[in-house]
Amino acid sequence: MADVAIAHGEGHAADHPETTTGLPHTKLAMWIFLASECMLFGALITTYVLYRGRSEEGPFPADVFDIPYTSVSSFVLLASSLTMVLALSAAQERDTGRMRLWLLTTALLGTTFVGGQVYEFTAFYDEGLRLSTNLFSTTFYVLTGFHGVHVTVGVLMLLSLVGLSSARRLPADPSFPIEMVGLYWHFVDIVWIVIFTVVYLVPTPTPGG
Amino acid sequence: MATVTTTARREGILRRPMAMTGVRSWFTTIDHKKIGILYGATAFVFFVVGGVEALLIRTQLAGPDGTLLNADQYNEVFTMHGITMIFLFVMPMAAAFFNYFIPLMIGARDVAFPRLNAYSYWVFLFGGLFLYSSFFLGGAPNCGWFCYAPNSIFDPTIGPTFYALGLIITGIASTAGAVNLAVTVINMRAPGMSLFRVPVFVWMGLVVQLLLVFSLPIITVALFQLLFDRQFGTHFFDPTAGGDPILWQHLFWLFGHPEVYVLILPAFGIFSEVLPVFSRKPLFGYQFVVFSGIAIGFIGFGVWAHHMFAAGLGPVANTAFGVSTAIIAVPTGVKIFNWMGTIYRGDIRPTSAMLFTLGGIMMFVIGGLSGVTHSIVPSDYQQTDTYYIVAHFHYVIFGGGVFAFFSAMFYWWPKVFGRLLNERLGVIEFVLMTIGFNLTFGPMHILGLQGMIRRTYTYPESLGLTFWNQAATVGAFLIAISVLLFIVNVVISHSKAKPADVADPWDARTLEWMTTSPPPVHNFDEIPTVHALDEFWHRKYVEDERTGRLVPAQAGAANGHDADHADGWQAIHLPSPSYWPLVAALGMPVIAYGVLYSWWWLVGVGFATALIGFYGWAMEPSVSEEDG
Repeated sequence: MADVAIAHGEGHAADHPETTTGLPHTKLAMWIFLASECMLFGALITTYVLYRGRSEEGPFPADVFDIPYTSVSSFVLLASSLTMVLALSAAQERDTGRMRLWLLTTALLGTTFVGGQVYEFTAFYDEGLRLSTNLFSTTFYVLTGFHGVHVTVGVLMLLSLVGLSSARRLPADPSFPIEMVGLYWHFVDIVWIVIFTVVYLVPTPTPGG
Repeated sequence: MATVTTTARREGILRRPMAMTGVRSWFTTIDHKKIGILYGATAFVFFVVGGVEALLIRTQLAGPDGTLLNADQYNEVFTMHGITMIFLFVMPMAAAFFNYFIPLMIGARDVAFPRLNAYSYWVFLFGGLFLYSSFFLGGAPNCGWFCYAPNSIFDPTIGPTFYALGLIITGIASTAGAVNLAVTVINMRAPGMSLFRVPVFVWMGLVVQLLLVFSLPIITVALFQLLFDRQFGTHFFDPTAGGDPILWQHLFWLFGHPEVYVLILPAFGIFSEVLPVFSRKPLFGYQFVVFSGIAIGFIGFGVWAHHMFAAGLGPVANTAFGVSTAIIAVPTGVKIFNWMGTIYRGDIRPTSAMLFTLGGIMMFVIGGLSGVTHSIVPSDYQQTDTYYIVAHFHYVIFGGGVFAFFSAMFYWWPKVFGRLLNERLGVIEFVLMTIGFNLTFGPMHILGLQGMIRRTYTYPESLGLTFWNQAATVGAFLIAISVLLFIVNVVISHSKAKPADVADPWDARTLEWMTTSPPPVHNFDEIPTVHALDEFWHRKYVEDERTGRLVPAQAGAANGHDADHADGWQAIHLPSPSYWPLVAALGMPVIAYGVLYSWWWLVGVGFATALIGFYGWAMEPSVSEEDG
């Protein structure tokens, strides 16, 4: 025992981690975390569906929704998945400039989506749909709000990647951290497809109407 | 020994901590063994606090018309007793053992994400302190551990808000810990250690982490909904606006039932480790034990509504959940028979660890049988919200879980601290605890069937409940004495001189006993290559080809590291300690206090603290650059 020296240093192991499955720890952890997130949004969406059409007083969904407007902002968010893939592709080709450009574009599209959501919330609020108005407002704001927070966290991570890249703090091959943020980003996009369909596209029965 | 570097240059705001010993090292440690000890010590303190609350409950109920506590105080005490024992004792105590022993049992140097591990611990600690601060800030949660709506949303005290925020915090800690340990088991096993060569304790650890990963987000959503109902006027569980209080019950028990298995599967893992060692036989039907554990994990998600039979879900739902509940008894029964098969004709050594395991299995069987009576819906109608339920879940969680933890303490204490606990005191503790436990919770079956309701703070003499309540109170104090004996045991054992060699005092079977006691910071000088289940046993003993009897293997084969491999030691790289997990965790309670009092500036401060912590964490290399 006495002759064992422990080196606290950057080793080869850090660059090529040997794992049992061959997957990097971070990727496995990200998949498990996203599985957990599925249950989180599952519970929120279930709550929304359970209370659909059970509001006792208005405004009801049909009174406030502007489907074309939200369709455009949904398209913006889905387009950001494409730019995310382009950023990863650029990173794999070690094209730092293009990588930063696409990361910034993705962050910009995400910010546009969140901005659109803030505008939408404000418009609904002006039409008399407060958080405490009815069951629809309760479930709608909390479900889409949770999603909006997730997009915001994603934008922060994207901007952090750009910042780290500019400060040259990313590893020589930056594709791994970008792939991980990308996994999260695509997940948030896919969840929005479900939310958009369930909340906006499926018509809600209005009591008495 | 380990070369410890003391030079540290300024790195960002905080100096990179380098000390591996001393008080400060405990705040910056990211060593899974130290974090395991922190988890264990903290959980034990909460166990004592929760025990004191239990004694208050039993003293209040010792006679009719008790006056020690008034109704409000009683509500707070039994609620905090439940929350403490479940979220602040059993879960973190299991996390302590998983943290310490999963890496050792699979031949790894640490968990997959050492700093995330530290973060989990600190968030858990702050969550527990946040919950307990409620006693000084206007009242503890008073709504029971399941905090049913709509009572919880209309309650005028601050208690349910503390409940929601506190459990969100501890849930974040558990989720982070669960992801970390699951990745560790899946991805960090030693060469040759296939999934069917890992010890059952590790398997149960994996199942528990996956249960947590999939069930905690559900309660997190429910807690946010409760919080929004209370703080921001939403109507999730508000029947006056069309909301449905039963939704809370569904969401709570969708988490709450898997949680029951989160509490008991670690105990099953401990039983499965202790029995083979002290019977000197391999575990009977290893695959069956593992697969029944996995089956329990799956079916555990399909039985939640048996907590709600009396809520009026209708005969179809009640029948379906009654059947699924009866089914889950099958894999549990499989395990019991496997354990019996393990000790059958074994060379049994009645050590404290073995006694606690045997006692634990028996107590669990009693609790399991009363559980089967709950699956019969008409019978459950009579038992719901009575002391019969209290008796049932204490037999499974205390009888199964806590007995298993004491078994694990006696079994693994020499591994963690290099000292054996006193066996004589251990046996006395076991006898006292078994008598006290059965005297406390056995009579509760009778009280429940006599109609004594749960959560009642007093009862009139005319109900005829006095005698068994008195018996239960005497039993509770016997349990308290047995726990005191354990503390005395620890103090005595640590005041003696350290014994020379406790590397393998039990002639054990699994990898953690291959290294020194306590293990070095890097766990193993050389990562062992695994060839079989019970690898260490097979290295120590071989079967004599002529007689078929076990004979010791040739000396030197057991520890496996010889001089030829000395150069391999150079490649051991351990991550350096860090302040950042502590800083990031500190943001959590700050945010929670901000939300609690609607001080939005404080919420901002909390988020900023957490963000600074996370950025510091991300920017900091996992190993310090100038070191090594």
